[in-house]
Parts: sequence; C-alpha cells; structure tokens
Amino acid sequence: MTHLDTDVLIVGAGGAGMYAAISAAREGAQRVLLLDKSLVGRGGATIMAQMTVAAALAEESDDDWTRHLDDTLASGRGLCDEALAAILCEEAPIRIREMGGWRVGWARRDTGRIAQVTAPGHSRPRCCYVDFLNTGPAVAATLRRQVSRIDAIRRLSNLTVTDLVTADGAVVGAIALDTAAGLPVTIAAKATIIATGGLTRIYQRNSASANMGGDGYALALMAGARLVDMEFVQFFPIGHLAPRLVGMDPIMWDPFRYKLGGRLLDGAGEEFLARYGSDESDAYTTPRDIATHAIVSEVAAGRGSPHGGVFLSFEHVPAIELRAAFGPVIERLAQNGIDLARSTVEVSPIAHYHMGGIAVDERMASELPGLFAAGEAVGGANGANRLSGNAISEALVFGARAGASAATAKPVSRWHDGAAAEAVDRIRALADGRNGDECATVLLDELRALMGEAVGPLRDAEGLRYALARLGEMRAALPSLAIAAGRECNASLADWFELRASLVAAEAVTRAALARRESRGAHQRTDFPDADAALARRQSVAMDRNGAIAASFGR
Amino acid sequence: MNPKTARLRVRRGIADEPARYDEFAVPFEDGATVLDALIWIRVHRDPSLAIRYSCINANVCKECTIAIDGRVLYACTTRLVADKTMVLAPLPGKVRLRDLVAETRPPRERTP
Repeated sequence: MTHLDTDVLIVGAGGAGMYAAISAAREGAQRVLLLDKSLVGRGGATIMAQMTVAAALAEESDDDWTRHLDDTLASGRGLCDEALAAILCEEAPIRIREMGGWRVGWARRDTGRIAQVTAPGHSRPRCCYVDFLNTGPAVAATLRRQVSRIDAIRRLSNLTVTDLVTADGAVVGAIALDTAAGLPVTIAAKATIIATGGLTRIYQRNSASANMGGDGYALALMAGARLVDMEFVQFFPIGHLAPRLVGMDPIMWDPFRYKLGGRLLDGAGEEFLARYGSDESDAYTTPRDIATHAIVSEVAAGRGSPHGGVFLSFEHVPAIELRAAFGPVIERLAQNGIDLARSTVEVSPIAHYHMGGIAVDERMASELPGLFAAGEAVGGANGANRLSGNAISEALVFGARAGASAATAKPVSRWHDGAAAEAVDRIRALADGRNGDECATVLLDELRALMGEAVGPLRDAEGLRYALARLGEMRAALPSLAIAAGRECNASLADWFELRASLVAAEAVTRAALARRESRGAHQRTDFPDADAALARRQSVAMDRNGAIAASFGR
Repeated sequence: MNPKTARLRVRRGIADEPARYDEFAVPFEDGATVLDALIWIRVHRDPSLAIRYSCINANVCKECTIAIDGRVLYACTTRLVADKTMVLAPLPGKVRLRDLVAETRPPRERTP
C-alpha cells in the first residue's frame, strides 16, 4: 500500500487549494501535497467561474475595503461572521493584484485601469473579470502555472479522500481512494486543509462540477469538526434552462446583465420583479436571494415559462451593443440556435454556491487541531446570502491564509497506522465489488431530485421531514449497496463514496433548514415566510459518535 | 409517435483486455450531448461504465475528450443524432485504463 508523508496536505485543487499550496510553500513548508479527485487545477468550481471577482481596488470609484464589507454584511442578512467577512474584504485587493502580477489578464479600460463593474448588491463598481466569460479558466490556469513552478508542492490527481484520520482528538492525515487503481492510500500530515468546495452537486439543477458533492463537509463532520450556516444554499436566480445550451456554463447570463441590463419576464411576457419589491427600471440590481424567491414564486403561481422558469430578454438591446458586449459568445450562442436580437431564453434558479461550511477562526483553523479549511468549504463569511463576486475572492484570500497557518502550525499528535485501519479496510472490502439490490449511482440521482424538490429554494416542514426520512433510509442502505467488480477506474465504487459523503452533507443542510423556523436570505420557508429577529444568529451542525447529525442554535 | 432514440457503441474493458463493444439505446432529446447519454447510461443501464468528466456542461475542464466515430472530440459538446449509431472509444495514443477512460494524468500527478 502506498503511504505518503507530508507537512501540509491540501484536499482539493481548485482556486482555494492551489492558493493554499503556494502560500504554504511561501511560509516555509518543505513538503506540500496537493490532491484532487479530478485532475489538479481542472475540476472544482474555480475554473467554472464565468463572472466577476469582487475587490475594493478603487480603480473606478472612491472605494475601500470597509465599503465592500458593508455590502457583504448587508447581503448576508445579519448572519455574517464579521471577522471572516472583514478578512475577505480587506485582503481581496492584495490577492487580486498578486494575480494581476502573475498575468491573469484582468480586463482593462483604454486608460489601463482594471475594469470594475457593479454587480447586484455592490454600492460601487468593484467587480473585475477576464473577458469573455473567462474569469475562472484564467484564474485556474494562472494558479496551475504558479503551482508547477514550486518544487515543494507535489500534485496528485484522481485521489479521493474518503476519511480524515484522527489521533488523540487531532487530525493527523487522511485516507484516500486512488480511483485509477482502486486502492487505498494512507497520508500522514502535520496539517490538513479542506479545500473541496461546496455541495451544489447534491441538487439536480446545479452549476457545479462533478466533484462538488459535499465531501469536505462530510469529512469534517465525521472527524468531529463543527459546521455552521448549513441551511443557506445559494440558488443562482437566472441559471440557463432552455433551449438546450452546450459548451457553456448555465450561469453565463449574469455578466451580460451587468453590461446590458436585460429584462426578466414572466410567462405572459410581463416584468414581475417589482411585485417582490425590486425595481430594475434603471439597472440590474436585484440580489440573488430576492430574485430566486421571485422566480420560484412566479412559477409556483402558474405564471412561469414553458419549461418551468421565466424569460430573460435582450431583444430591446440594439444588435451592435449585443455584439460589443457578447463578443465571440454571439457565435457560440448561434451554434446553439440562440439569437438574442430575435428571441428570449428561459432561465430558472440553479444551485450555485454554499454559504455554510466548516467553522474556523481567523487563521482558517477549525476547532480540531491539525484541521484547516479554505474557500467555499469555510462557513460564516457570507451569512445567509453571498454577495456576487465574493466566491473567487474568498477562495484566494482564505486559501492564502489557510496555507500560511497550516505551514506554521505545531502538530499536537502523531500518525499511527491503527487510527487508519478501519478506513483502509473499508476501501479494500468495497473495491472487490459485491452484489446488492440497489446501487449508489441510482441513489445519487434520486438524492439530487429529492434535494431539489424538498430542500430547494422554497421549503416547508412537511417537505423537510420527508427528505430527512428518505435520507435516513439511504444512509442505512449504504452497507448493502451493490458495487461493480474490477478495481481500476471503478465508477461504481467512486459513486459509493460520493453517496456516503453527499448523504451526510444533505442531512446537515436539511436538519439546519428544519430547525430554522423563519425565512432569511437564501433560506425561504413557505410555512414561516418572515424573518424572526430572535433568530439572527448562526446554527451549528455536529455529528455524534454514533453518526447522528444534529443542528443547534447554541454551540 | 414513438420517442426517438440514439444508439451508442461503447468500447469496454479494463487496461489491455481484448476489445469489446456494448451497444446502448438512449432516449433522444433535441440538443442532448454524448456526455448526457453516457451519464444516462450510468444511472439507467450500467453504473460500472467508466467515463472521465468534471465540469459537465461548461467545456472548461476538457476531461471528457474521447474518440467519437474516430474523431477526437469533447463528449460534452458533441450532439447526439437521432436514429443513428455513434461509436465511442477512449482517446487514441494513450494508455487505456478502463472503458472510455485513458491515462491523461501528467506523469508527475500519478500515485506512485
């Protein structure tokens, strides 16, 4: 069996993980191990970001980070962890300029200034980007290039971490499934950083990559760490719905709304946002939580578009302006049979980002010694509703912090093989395949449908209780599920571990959603439609020794 | 009217096992892609089918590159064709790991 030994282990190689690796090496870590279940720097959410990055660079206005913080806190609907939000806003300009120095290619005005646009929820033009729809791929490619230049960083692809290993209450490493070989790998680490991104893949309609199944939350919970804000799943309001659009991320319409406005219309072709208290007559200003709530409410009232969303129209925009704003994307749309000058498209909310995550301090240290978190896996900074543009900023800022903290942390406990035995044996036993009536691949499909229906943008107690019951049945079925034979690249085996993690993450979301008997930000209860001032505080989710998951408003 | 179908002949097998093809009929919807069909097959017909993909629809990860009717293409942007059989194989010129998965990891990123 392969055993690896490292100073800093980073689980997940998107923006947060790669930045953490760079930062850990910069702070003196001699051996940094950067893992990804997909290919390093290819999977995850960062590479898919087609929109903008928020940072108070003050290139186009009299901005400073405290104003960015004000907007972040307002968007968070009273729930942000202010210390984390302040770190995010204060350090974002440092990271954005560092990325600029690494030639990420931020879009610039003719004057040479970095272009900054006003995304919804921002009081000033603050959001930079790489044209056209290239922010995420450019950030990922830039970080891949930096990572590859640092000898201290070792990269390994197709390793899925299945369990953290604890000894005397501290995280001392991890067990991974080498998916190519179907074999367990043990990894001793002085410090471990979870940078696995979020959980949007547990929803049927999502803008996620295949590896956003909530692994990081499950790993942390199972090891004994605490999660916060798990009920707050951000649904991106105008995810593409119809006609079928290939080769483009479903959230690609937003940057064009920044540039051109665009109109949201109900099934009868009427504007409707004003009915939900938002006025877009001058500009695109509706925050994500309000727009999502408005759209799903219109559809529920029978006023939706044919495929169950609403219409987005740029028909009023002159063709020359469309071409200037969309650039080469006009041709890609034409290949999909879409001509914005002549027709609308259908859009509807799509699971996009998770506000909840691992409880950490200002060093990105969890409450478990040896365990850190970075990026979307961190909970608290964005409260009940993330401000547009804060996700990449958070990946870079929290990645840099986590890497530095992990590099300088003093280990309090040491690896021993006995602590890893159960997880290693589990992989070995499952990898040989086994018969059964049901399989994880089918249950994952059911899980995504269930979460979309019962734990989506509109929730009530009845649906949440139904979801909990079914999640419990699926979790109980895990030990008897069928797994195909053949260790190498065994997709059925990988699905079993994904289902195991996704069920834990899904239950954490659902329990927190049931316990929060109010509506706030991204969490909207039809049976408790108003906010309750007494509930303007965070919930924790924890797992006990028997695997039972519970949410609570106390600590 | 009968719903339309598309047919895929998929090269199967682990490593250098002799070539074997499984044929699947999948429901055809306008605009659907080869990757949509492969994901459908995994859920509805054969969970053991090995494919490589990450970003699903955005065509940024480039992991789903395979040979489709002999041409190297992305499964996520190649459209299905109704009432036609397409032949799928892993990337040519690479070591085959299983089914449609070829060894595309850089050598330094492989577990020792």
